[in-house]
Amino acid sequence: MNQFRLFPEQASTASHQTDALYIFLWSLTSFFTLLIFALIVYFAFKYRRTSSIAPQPVRTDMRLELLWTIIPLVISLFIFFWGAKVFFYVYHPPRDSLDVHVIGKQWMWKIQHPSGRREINELHVPVGQPVRLLLASQDVIHSFYVPAFRVKQDAVPGRYAVLWFQPDKIGEYHLFCAEYCGTQHSKMIGRVVVMDQQKYQDWLAGTPAEESPAVAGGKLFESLGCIKCHGEKAPTMAGLYGSRQRMIDGAIVEANEQYLRESILDSTARVVAGYAPIMPSFRGQITEEQLMEVIAYIKSLRDPATLRKSD
Amino acid sequence: MDQASRGSNRDLSRLEASQILAHQFDDLAQQKEASNLGTWAFLATELMFFGGALTAFVVYRTFYADAFAQASREHMSIPLGTINTAVLLCSSLTVAMGVHYASHGQQRKLIFMLLATIGLALAFLCIKATEYYIEYSHQLVPGLNFHYPPHHHAHPERLTASPPHVELFFCFYFFLTGLHALHMIVGVGIFSFITWKAWRGKYSEQYYNPVECSGLYWHFVDLVWIFLFPLLYLLH
Amino acid sequence: MTSISYNPALEPRDSYINIAYTVKSWLLTKDHKRIGILYLIAITGFFFIGGVFATIIRLDLMTPQGDLVSDDTYNKLFTLHGVVMVFFFLIPSIPATIGNFVLPMMLGARDLAFPRLNLLSWYIFMVGGTLSLIAAVTGGVDTGWTFYTPYSSVFSNTRVVLTAVGVFVTGFSSILTGLNFIITIHTMRAPGLTWRRLPLFIWAHYAASIIMLLGTPVVAVTILMVAAERIFKLGVFNPALGGDPVLFQHLFWFYSHPAVYIMILPAMGVINEIVTCFSRKNIFGYTFIAASSLAIAFISFLVWGHHMFVSTQSVYGGMIFSFLSFLVAVPSAIKVFNWTATLYKGSISFHTPMLYVFGFIGLFTLGGLTGLFLAALGLDVHVHDTYFIVAHFHYIMVGGVVMAYMGAIHFWWPKITGRMYTEWIARLAAVMIFLGFNLTFFPQFIVGYLGMPRRYHAYPPEFQVLNVMSTAGASILAVGYVIPLIYLTWSLWHGKIAGPNPWKATGLEWQTPSPPPTENFYETPVVTGPPYQYHLEEVPFGPSK
Repeated sequence: MNQFRLFPEQASTASHQTDALYIFLWSLTSFFTLLIFALIVYFAFKYRRTSSIAPQPVRTDMRLELLWTIIPLVISLFIFFWGAKVFFYVYHPPRDSLDVHVIGKQWMWKIQHPSGRREINELHVPVGQPVRLLLASQDVIHSFYVPAFRVKQDAVPGRYAVLWFQPDKIGEYHLFCAEYCGTQHSKMIGRVVVMDQQKYQDWLAGTPAEESPAVAGGKLFESLGCIKCHGEKAPTMAGLYGSRQRMIDGAIVEANEQYLRESILDSTARVVAGYAPIMPSFRGQITEEQLMEVIAYIKSLRDPATLRKSD
Repeated sequence: MDQASRGSNRDLSRLEASQILAHQFDDLAQQKEASNLGTWAFLATELMFFGGALTAFVVYRTFYADAFAQASREHMSIPLGTINTAVLLCSSLTVAMGVHYASHGQQRKLIFMLLATIGLALAFLCIKATEYYIEYSHQLVPGLNFHYPPHHHAHPERLTASPPHVELFFCFYFFLTGLHALHMIVGVGIFSFITWKAWRGKYSEQYYNPVECSGLYWHFVDLVWIFLFPLLYLLH
Repeated sequence: MTSISYNPALEPRDSYINIAYTVKSWLLTKDHKRIGILYLIAITGFFFIGGVFATIIRLDLMTPQGDLVSDDTYNKLFTLHGVVMVFFFLIPSIPATIGNFVLPMMLGARDLAFPRLNLLSWYIFMVGGTLSLIAAVTGGVDTGWTFYTPYSSVFSNTRVVLTAVGVFVTGFSSILTGLNFIITIHTMRAPGLTWRRLPLFIWAHYAASIIMLLGTPVVAVTILMVAAERIFKLGVFNPALGGDPVLFQHLFWFYSHPAVYIMILPAMGVINEIVTCFSRKNIFGYTFIAASSLAIAFISFLVWGHHMFVSTQSVYGGMIFSFLSFLVAVPSAIKVFNWTATLYKGSISFHTPMLYVFGFIGLFTLGGLTGLFLAALGLDVHVHDTYFIVAHFHYIMVGGVVMAYMGAIHFWWPKITGRMYTEWIARLAAVMIFLGFNLTFFPQFIVGYLGMPRRYHAYPPEFQVLNVMSTAGASILAVGYVIPLIYLTWSLWHGKIAGPNPWKATGLEWQTPSPPPTENFYETPVVTGPPYQYHLEEVPFGPSK
């Protein structure tokens, strides 16, 4: 890996799009920088001081002014749309992605696969499979960054963030924390291993069986007492995930991961219409990992018609 | 001010005003324009200063609407807040009258109005301190003794909101009203200084600009309260 | 351009410098020129302190494992480098020194509108700077200059409060300077100096002052909230207590993005003055340059969210901020094209200030265009928080602001001190700075795109070659910055007497002795025409063959 290079490896579907924009922008930058440079050199040589007679003033040419107002504007708008297009791609995971849970803490990444397999600072993924990461942070802001995939997302404490990519090249790639997070920020690194499907299955199978997050979440759902109310005094969990619910104040909210998180931690903040705000808050009672497990459990109870591969 | 008029009355003003005209200005009109404009610019800065904190408050007010409404409803004293609003509005009136008397060279009335303003400002601060004391005794001061729900409350069953969110309300309550009270204290200092100057006969019909500028500052402080009062006390 | 009669026999026997020599006469001065000098001395000190931090950082990054200093020390070094350079050098750099010195003179005024406030702002600046330096030597601070929560408000166990208070206090010196400039420009212009006749340096400072006045208080109150959160253990930005750390970023960048324009607008103002003088030409597109300064000031308040594309901000919020960020590129482009067009059919000489202007235009063009990479949403996802952005903002801050600042110092040095510096060595230093700068920061674009995150103390070995190039460049750059310190100091005693107007420039500040008398002019100047009427002036130095 020690050879000199200008581009990081291209190992995801997004990386090709990002690089195309990057190359276009460098062409544009080189063109304008060289244009200005050439003009300055040319003028500086052509109009160098050769006499003591002051030159005559030059009148401002309105057409020129308009020209170099409008051309940069048009180019800027073009880049804006291109950038936005890539951004939309990077921010909209396909529905059949593999859901992997990632928790950042000072100074490591804790990762759990849907099968239950856990890793630290390493992420194994199969090639060609869209992977959707649900990111949380336990302490300060971190940022999950894989240069070879050209993706990055801050993990902000107190909320979930989502990041997805579809690796298209087998190999090992850097994983960095990109948001400064304290003393060992630069040691909060690891690797992403992209394997072919068969090897990935072997890798999953090659470890002692662990409880999947959904199963663990189901147990928590019982031991924390959730099961006592939900279904009668409180909304049932079956088919809840991904559905749209009406709140007490009339607002319509999609029951996504962020909403489930909020309802567990700040249980009275947004309550479904028809129910009393009686649920206790679990803030401080439950770790980030347990929270993700409970949510995985609730997700596993969704309407089978909307099932994703991950379940 | 246009350049021509500045030129024409320059000599006249110089004769009259050698005492009060700073060396960098040509005449009193220019000096007055500069200090008035300077005060407005300063108030623009102040506006952004409070604006930043108010924006943060409004964001959380939207996030945690119920908790903030409950905190306001159950723990803010509307009577005390209303009295304070009235006190502050009166002080704005006395300041306005003071500026009026200053512009007519009525020194005694000016001093009386300035003293009245200082009195009203102190009354406001005393009432505010009383409120702070009540809140302290109800264990509502974040960072000192916040405990929620508080031990003594008539209707504990109504306090359903999440304690951290109520605490957030009180963080902003103390931050905003504290900043406002600090501005009031500075204002009292300024008016004491102005009163002393007026006592020594420094102001006249020609020169009362400091009274006018400190008056503008006071109206601004008043205006901030006019925003804080409904946001913190009334908005349930 | 003026009808004031200057008598060369009037040698500056009562210049602002030799009117009094006591320390007290300097520390209690209300003269804008002396206050400008006080600022100059202070920020030169801060520049070299910040430079020492940068030097250690670059030396440490020569090896991938970062074995010169510890992790904690490294984190404190880049934090202090940022804090010192941004708040104590770049923001006051041109406005508080050169602006303070020449702005009233360009207006034909005797002083700023509020001289005591001006002195107060210097003291506030020094108090803020001292507090931050005390924080630096009594344990340092490791939050990064951006003070992101909740790291700064809950997790860091360094001197965050003291540093934050230092920055908070310094903000008020910036506010007071901006306020003073705005009022002075409004009320104290010389007879005949209408708005359309103002030098573009004034327009640029006017626009920058508006940002200082309206932006700084927001960051002040935000930093106050962070300090309160730390002291009283509140939860304003702490998610564990219901606070929102991203709200801090919004409030912080609402000021700190416009702050970039507080730095670059005065730099652009300087370029107008120098490029006209050394090409003996009127400025091309006066109205467009003036209007673009105001446009930049206005739009700069609407683009802060482009620092937060990957911070869980909504996708549509990101799109709006990206769109507005592209708009702000247009007025900057207008300026670059107009400066280039000003050279057309000029009579160009290559004195030191002009070399810095050439450097500025080139580096600012590259710095500005790489800004487009960062404003482009999809691409920013990759380059955000990498060395690419480090390279980008150093092209703007060092390649832009510091180049213009050096140009300004060299341009107005004869006015400030009454002495000329040694031209050949000044040119040599300018070329060294240009080359050293590019060698330092260009490789960082590449290493950034390769994925090296910023604020990394250790890094994978494949990034080493580019980092070593960067360090090599930095050592040239460092020497380039030390040389002017030496020959400029030397010129104070041994430089040739400059005379009132060595460059034969048209600005009002040149129509009075050098160094100027305390009240700037012996006779109030009257302005009868637009600025930059170089065809009416004689050409100094003759052909440069």
